[in-house]
Amino acid sequence: MTTSTETVAVAAPPQAPAKHRHRHKKPQLSDGARAERRLGLLLCAPAVIVMIGVAAYPICYAVYLSLQKYNLALPSQVKFVGLSNYGAVLSSPYWWQALKVTVIITVFSVALELVLGMALAELMFRTRFSRGLIRTVALIPYGIVTVAAAYGWLYAWTPNEGYLSALFNNSAPLTSTVPSLAIIILAEVWKTTPFMALLLLSGLAQVPQNLEKAAMMDGATVWQRFTRITLPLMKPAILVALLFRGADAFRIFDNIFVLTGGGHNTYSVSILGYDNLFSALNLGIGSAISVLIFICVAIMAAAFIWGFGAKAPGSDLAK
Amino acid sequence: MDIAIKQKLGWGTANTVAVVIVAIPLLWIVSLSFKTPGAITDPSFWPAHWTWGNYSGILTSSTFVRPLLNSIGIGLIATLVAVVFASMAAYAVARLAFPGKRLLVAGALLISLFPQISLVTPLYSIERALRLFNTWPGLIIPYIAFGLPMAVYILAAFFQQIPWQLEKAAKIDGATPWQAFTQVIAPLAAPGMFTSAILVFMFCWNEFLFAISLTSTTSARTAPAALAFFSGSSQFTTPTGPIAAAAVVITIPIIIFVSVFQRRIVSGLTSGAVKG
Repeated sequence: MTTSTETVAVAAPPQAPAKHRHRHKKPQLSDGARAERRLGLLLCAPAVIVMIGVAAYPICYAVYLSLQKYNLALPSQVKFVGLSNYGAVLSSPYWWQALKVTVIITVFSVALELVLGMALAELMFRTRFSRGLIRTVALIPYGIVTVAAAYGWLYAWTPNEGYLSALFNNSAPLTSTVPSLAIIILAEVWKTTPFMALLLLSGLAQVPQNLEKAAMMDGATVWQRFTRITLPLMKPAILVALLFRGADAFRIFDNIFVLTGGGHNTYSVSILGYDNLFSALNLGIGSAISVLIFICVAIMAAAFIWGFGAKAPGSDLAK
Repeated sequence: MDIAIKQKLGWGTANTVAVVIVAIPLLWIVSLSFKTPGAITDPSFWPAHWTWGNYSGILTSSTFVRPLLNSIGIGLIATLVAVVFASMAAYAVARLAFPGKRLLVAGALLISLFPQISLVTPLYSIERALRLFNTWPGLIIPYIAFGLPMAVYILAAFFQQIPWQLEKAAKIDGATPWQAFTQVIAPLAAPGMFTSAILVFMFCWNEFLFAISLTSTTSARTAPAALAFFSGSSQFTTPTGPIAAAAVVITIPIIIFVSVFQRRIVSGLTSGAVKG
């Protein structure tokens, strides 16, 4: 123990404690914690920057644009107009028609998908053979390009061209509102039921099989077992599936764009926003529509997450 | 014995119904793609005369080949960047204590629910100002942002299942947190990264709204967007056949993906989102 040399050596540590992390227990912990914080923030930075750059900043910019009178055809006449764009949108029958169509499509397609998805999930979970095949087949509609599938439906329902139209007396359902909406919902349900089923499948897999067996012993019917045991235990999975599909259905664009182009009063809020930008070239009104759609989805998501409480998707990841 | 056969029959019927519901719309597009231009107005399900004409037409026309290459390039680059960024963020979320973690997870959830149309107007305006409009980066950057949440969720769930002890052991052996990440955790996480890559690529391959809004020519337009602007291989043919053929061409990779990676896609789709 040569104390003199040690004091010389120890003179440095306060400035550079990292070098001596093995000697001092306390500084090592707080150092480690600080390094961990720094690394954590550093690792998240690229993802956060991209998400802010592409989503947070543009939505703020949309709020700003929505307060301007801004027509791309008349770029010299940009001026601040306050909330009058919102007034124009909210007093326009087009907005309310679009909202009505969007809500109808969302409610009907998500409800149908929930029922069919549950049936498909049960099938994928319980089928005795070719389980791999059935899962692969179910994934095809999920993976297929929406636009490609939509053209299939479009031609199938075109009179004199399509097998489905021929089946229904050569009818032309895509030329009036209600049949068009039904076909749009059909196309949505065909494509996204597998996704719903997969989300429900993971909930189904968490239902303890012993509980079902015990209920069976006690004489519960299939339906009783499903409504009294499976459904309550699957509630979290069902809520997640409804949240994701609800938000997704509300943004519907591709299928309507191909099937009707928004004609015959079948335009959704997304189609309305698109048309306002690219046909009317009106950035101000288009941005007001964008902000209103964002508010609708935010309210929907907030209601769901409020319903989840502490069980919001991903909350366990953040622990 | 009888019950076993009955059960088998029951499941067999249910399986068959599911397969038929999926197959008929697909076979219809395939059938359309093999019909001659004259036979398009014949509503029978199968073509009377099969022809490769629609395929040779679109595969020699730059209005489809260039968008197909754009789709592949934009999809691959966006997927690569999104998975790298997401791996870093997911590692931090799963393993490290740092302020703002909850905010990050909530932000990712918010973006996965975000209505893309809300961004089309501002992005159109921003990208025109930055000269990103109608370029590859102009689509790649939004695709990264919308691929990230899904990838972060999948990877964070995946990282949480990797045993802590290995990382600790590496640190005791003198590895820095960064080394522990790149040399111990990353190789273990490779399957999770692969799964998220498949799903992000499928998202990019499918995306339509940004693809038609943020492009104006075939120099950046992707295949689904090009489909919607098809006018046929010549002015005088109806585009039904070529559109059907193009739809089949862009569906083939998806069918290969889901057949080869079915297990991964199912686990990826269900791992991140549904832990609640």
